Amino acid sequence: MRDGLDKISIIVWKDLLTEIRTKELFGGMFIFAVLTIITFNFAFDMTGTAKAASGAGAMWVAFNFAGFLGLGRSISLERDKGSFDGLLLCPVDRGTIFLGKFIGNLLFITLVELISVPIFAALFDLDVFQPLLLLALFLGTLGFAAVGTLLAVMAASTRSREVLLPVLMFPILLPVVIASVRATTLILTRQTNDLSAWLNLLGAYDVLFLAISYAVFDRVVEE
Amino acid sequence: MNVSPRASQLLASGGEAVPVPRVPRVKISKLSKRYERRGVLRSIDLELYPGERVALLGANGAGKTTLLRILATLSRPTSGTVSIAGHLTHKTAQAVRSQVGVVAHQPYLYEDLTAEENLRFFARMYSVSDERSRIDEILFMVGLISRRDDRVGTFSRGMQQRLAIGRAILHKPALLLLDEPDSGLDREGARVLERILGYQRTTEGTVLMTTHDLRFGLSTADRVLLLENGKIVLDAPAPSLDEDELDERLSRR
Repeated sequence: MRDGLDKISIIVWKDLLTEIRTKELFGGMFIFAVLTIITFNFAFDMTGTAKAASGAGAMWVAFNFAGFLGLGRSISLERDKGSFDGLLLCPVDRGTIFLGKFIGNLLFITLVELISVPIFAALFDLDVFQPLLLLALFLGTLGFAAVGTLLAVMAASTRSREVLLPVLMFPILLPVVIASVRATTLILTRQTNDLSAWLNLLGAYDVLFLAISYAVFDRVVEE
Repeated sequence: MNVSPRASQLLASGGEAVPVPRVPRVKISKLSKRYERRGVLRSIDLELYPGERVALLGANGAGKTTLLRILATLSRPTSGTVSIAGHLTHKTAQAVRSQVGVVAHQPYLYEDLTAEENLRFFARMYSVSDERSRIDEILFMVGLISRRDDRVGTFSRGMQQRLAIGRAILHKPALLLLDEPDSGLDREGARVLERILGYQRTTEGTVLMTTHDLRFGLSTADRVLLLENGKIVLDAPAPSLDEDELDERLSRR
């Protein structure tokens, strides 16, 4: 157990150090997210509940698309340079490698969200600094990163990976996208009646897909 | 009193040495690999022994790299079994990986990390016990000790290949797989490779390498295998082979 955690932390350390030096993922993801939020803000001129609903939608469009961009790049960069095979040669459980890559991706997407959310709050004039909203954001991102990491590895070995990744991810991610947007809208409009149902759905999805992704990763990476 | 198997044999034979049967380091049985309908490897049987240096020759597409990838557990055979240092690849792949070092066409290094950071990363992944001294030893061995803090992306192809060789032997593997290790090597790199091959022999490590350079293969290996259309058609001691004859045979393919 402890050895597994050590290995996960080494993989995360390597990904973070590489990203700090290159800024290849973060820069693109952040600009994409902020640009989407700004575009939506100027496209719709709404007030009250409509503003909160469209704001929730804009926020998740921005984060999901930035996530697609980051996930695809994070794996394909490593595949193209051949270093992914080097990682697979290491004498560690392949599930450990999945968890290391997943946590790295989760950190990158979360960081983009943490910096974009205040910009979103300022532009849409919405109170986003609520613990429940941060919880919904975290649960939505967790499911996205779990499924996304697995599918990005699958898509990375194909020629049309940029097209394939969103096509593969969309149907599987649909429940998490719907639940995230609904939960965020309810929190922003302060209608908390059905909120627990959506958060429970997100939590269940996360546990299920994290477990599935961990279990099948070995088969996905082997020829 | 505890008596080792070797000592028991000596006692049983009245003190005279009894030849101990050699245990293969690598045992391949009826190994086949198909990609869709195309057979790449066809029912290969092979044994490699500790301390052996084996050159695997063959034309492009003969299945050399596929065989190496199966031994490295990067690819799963369609049928047959592979055992390395007593571990079956399909059952205990993790244990097999700890016994195998690989140098491939790509260096398997991170360009944005320094030479030392790369080795530290892999040392931790392989749970190398004496991490710091082993990294120093490897950097010295591959002649990159003065470039330890430089990013790998700034290295020439030859230097990256040298570091890749160092990465492959970092955990003292029982089996070293080299896929065309001589390609892209500068003069210093060739010297490093020679040193590493010598080091593997002193530690009883097995080396299996593919190469297109016949002279290099025949001069460095003890044994030569020739792969044609996924089958081993020649398995002979290197000194018994004639370079020109072998060259002609390879050119015919």
